[in-house]
Amino acid sequence: MRKTLIKAALAFSVAFPAAALADIKIGATISETGPASFLGDPEAKTLKMLVDQLNASGGIKGEKIKLFLYDDGGDPNKARTFATRLIEDDGVVAIIGGTTTGTSMSVIPVAEEAKVPFISLAGAIEIIDPVRPNTFKTPHTDKMACEKIFDDMKKRGFTKIAMISGTDGFGASMRTQCLAVAPTYGITVVAEETYGPRDADMTPQLTNIRGKSDVQALLNPGFGQGPAIVTRNYAQLGITLPFYQSHGVASNSFIELAGAKAAEGIRLPGTALLVGDLLPENDAQRPVVMAYKTAYEKAFNTPVSTFGGYAHDAFAILVDALKRAGSTKPAAIRDAIEKTSGLVGTTGTVTMSAKDHLGLDLGSFRMLEIRNGGWALVK
Amino acid sequence: MTELLQFLLSGITVGAVYALVALGFTIIYNASDVVNFAQGEFVMLGGMITVFAYKAGLPIPVAALFAILLTAAIGVAFNRVAIETARGAPVVSLIIITIGASIFIQGVAQVVFGKELHRLPSFSGDDPIRILEATILPQSFWVIGGAMVVFVGLWLFFTRTLLGRAVLATSNNRVAAQLVGINTGFVMTLSFGLSAGIGALAGVLITPITLTSYQVGIALALKGFAGAMLGGMGNPKGALIGGLMLGLLESVTAGYLSSQYKDAVAFVVILAVLFAMPQGLFGRKATERV
Repeated sequence: MRKTLIKAALAFSVAFPAAALADIKIGATISETGPASFLGDPEAKTLKMLVDQLNASGGIKGEKIKLFLYDDGGDPNKARTFATRLIEDDGVVAIIGGTTTGTSMSVIPVAEEAKVPFISLAGAIEIIDPVRPNTFKTPHTDKMACEKIFDDMKKRGFTKIAMISGTDGFGASMRTQCLAVAPTYGITVVAEETYGPRDADMTPQLTNIRGKSDVQALLNPGFGQGPAIVTRNYAQLGITLPFYQSHGVASNSFIELAGAKAAEGIRLPGTALLVGDLLPENDAQRPVVMAYKTAYEKAFNTPVSTFGGYAHDAFAILVDALKRAGSTKPAAIRDAIEKTSGLVGTTGTVTMSAKDHLGLDLGSFRMLEIRNGGWALVK
Repeated sequence: MTELLQFLLSGITVGAVYALVALGFTIIYNASDVVNFAQGEFVMLGGMITVFAYKAGLPIPVAALFAILLTAAIGVAFNRVAIETARGAPVVSLIIITIGASIFIQGVAQVVFGKELHRLPSFSGDDPIRILEATILPQSFWVIGGAMVVFVGLWLFFTRTLLGRAVLATSNNRVAAQLVGINTGFVMTLSFGLSAGIGALAGVLITPITLTSYQVGIALALKGFAGAMLGGMGNPKGALIGGLMLGLLESVTAGYLSSQYKDAVAFVVILAVLFAMPQGLFGRKATERV
């Protein structure tokens, strides 16, 4: 009798899987508008697209995902309010988001107090260092970008470099990280200049750098229009120093804005997403990157960006954890996220641990060189 | 010596950008005493509309003309919808209205044009021109030339034409201007259209150098405003020289002192000038009748 009951129950659950289970609710607070919209817009588009894709293919073990997405406009106060609303009113089991470091830092206390896993999409190392139990992130840190660049400089035998940094949040943060990590690679910064994020001409700063005879290479930590103008001025002054840009401008629009001729030979660390079709066939990231790139470009008719890739990876980590967790309790999901191992994303291969809530190593950055208006992998 | 020359050329390039923006403030200020904080948005619109018209296949001169006319029309509409309806309000209220308009235009541009950065190809190529050992891009000459043309045009307009004097008269005393037969409504429409058109022209000329996106307007308007204040608000000569001086101050500070302090030093100099000469270098003396 008991056996038949179990059989009947089994049969029922197999026949009506979806009806027996509730949707999995996940939350997101993204800066779709405002000053960080350049990053937030592709992130929001990516999340919506991936949720639709997953639900269309049957969800996670038959359970559909329901996404609660709010636009915080880049305002940390709003992000905090939305995080509270997501947890208390919408009852989400995990939060993705925090487009900027500011919004992420304001979501952290809310998520930590409610013990809801939170995967940030922002760059700063402060988000995961020190490690907080429920906070994770997907993008590379600025420090890793500095290390990747210095590693390449070291290989080419450069020890004395000049830096010209933007005074915007990104440029200032990366400048600090690079200055801190430079001695580890035996690199001395012999000339340092800065520029404002809206400046129209950086030739005075570059002229001063050009005047220093012992400089062997030039590094420009920056984001937005600044690096494009620095590059154009670099060409205008006829400077021939090897030139490194940051991952902040790793996109095709940078080449377009700076001009292919001026940007020729510039090296920068970027993710596999940027050069999906250049990756060798046996590269583990190739299928993941190409699938995302194709789907995104078909759906929105705009090129993929690294930032959308961060959201893609956050979602992939969460879905992977949900599959393994065997439960939709936030605590179980948190534990599963921390055990993420060998997950291939667009940014790199993620292997987390109790001590590492980012899970990326330097190998996931690719050193790229701009050649003939396109990208080439530096071996 | 080479350095100094390079700093000066950089300063002239940046200064000409500020001067062009500063010149746009002149007409509306002269007609109504209103500092139009949406002036930066006119510059942004000029650049953005040209970029999109150019991408749609129009040659740059046609795209630029289209952008200037469309922006001028937007300026006229702005006057009609927001300023004229608030007629009689104090100048401060009108200035606040222009700030509101600036935020509104930015919001619409964000939706219509998207959030990416854009650039126009330089009009005469990207090969730098050598002057002794220093270099300057050909586009800088377009900006400098544009600033000169607008300056001469405005100067002739305000001193040699009846219409220009009518604008000044309207600013001086609106009622008296009406009594002597000046159509003050038309003067306002004209000044907003012209200001927006000049702003758009600035946008077209500077976009190959500064790049453009929906949010470039505020920063440009601030620097242009600072240049106009330094030179004397309302005086085309003041706008031109104030803008150029601001650019030169920035580049020489960045070159010889520290790039960290270039904005600070520029603004300290402006403050010092305004303490000594509150009307700016070439501003008209304010005479209030008691």
